[in-house]
Amino acid sequence: MLLNEFLFLGAILFCIGVYGVIVRKNAVLVLMSIELILNSVNINLLAFSLRNGTADGQTFALYVIAVAAAEVGVGLALVLLVYRNSRSISLDELSEMKG
Amino acid sequence: MFASDVLIAQNIGFFIIAAVMVAGALRVVTTSNVVHAALWLVVVLAGAAAQYVLLAAEFVAVTQVLVYIGAVMVLFLFGTMLTRARIGAESDLNNKNWFAGLAVALTLLAAMLIALRDGFGDEKLPTDAPLVSTQMLSDQIFGPYLLPFWALSFVLLAAVIGAIVLARRD
Repeated sequence: MLLNEFLFLGAILFCIGVYGVIVRKNAVLVLMSIELILNSVNINLLAFSLRNGTADGQTFALYVIAVAAAEVGVGLALVLLVYRNSRSISLDELSEMKG
Repeated sequence: MFASDVLIAQNIGFFIIAAVMVAGALRVVTTSNVVHAALWLVVVLAGAAAQYVLLAAEFVAVTQVLVYIGAVMVLFLFGTMLTRARIGAESDLNNKNWFAGLAVALTLLAAMLIALRDGFGDEKLPTDAPLVSTQMLSDQIFGPYLLPFWALSFVLLAAVIGAIVLARRD
């Protein structure tokens, strides 16, 4: 198997995630797109771990998974708070900081 | 273009799983139903776990299934439930400037694919590399990477407490 097969898959998933972050208006869907980005990073880390024959990449992948779990927990709590305050999680309507 | 002369079965498996993952990811960012997006995300995450097995990382694959499909997905469904009473198709999930997102994503994709093709070309993954066992992984985590592990523990603790404080009704 070629190294580039996995790296290309990671790149494609990353770009789909970036598209979702830019285009989606619903905050929960933006968090899901961020999960796509983090997963593409993990695919890259594991591909290089196999290529180099060391455990470093797998260690980093585990850390990325843990950080992603923490990020989702805090992110959804924030979304919940925003929803409670403004009755909406549409990111376009959160414009209180506009001067 | 990609298929190397060895490991036909792995290549076929890779491309089937990769096609399912890309299709699922596209549905995640285009579907008009938040619950459907969460379920398509499960498809992508399960496919990623399968790719991890192909990359000889069983422990990370099992962790992926446990943490992502088990815990994160439940969190997403709870978040959907608590913020949207309506379960069904919605019309206003996308920005008006979707073409800007498409342009950015395609530019980024082209740049990354060109860079990867120039950088790694036809480099093959080693077929006889020493496999990374779970024991080696734990020796890494509790050896040279112990300090990041501690930091990560504090991050998780802070995240748990922060989530409770933020979401608490007072």
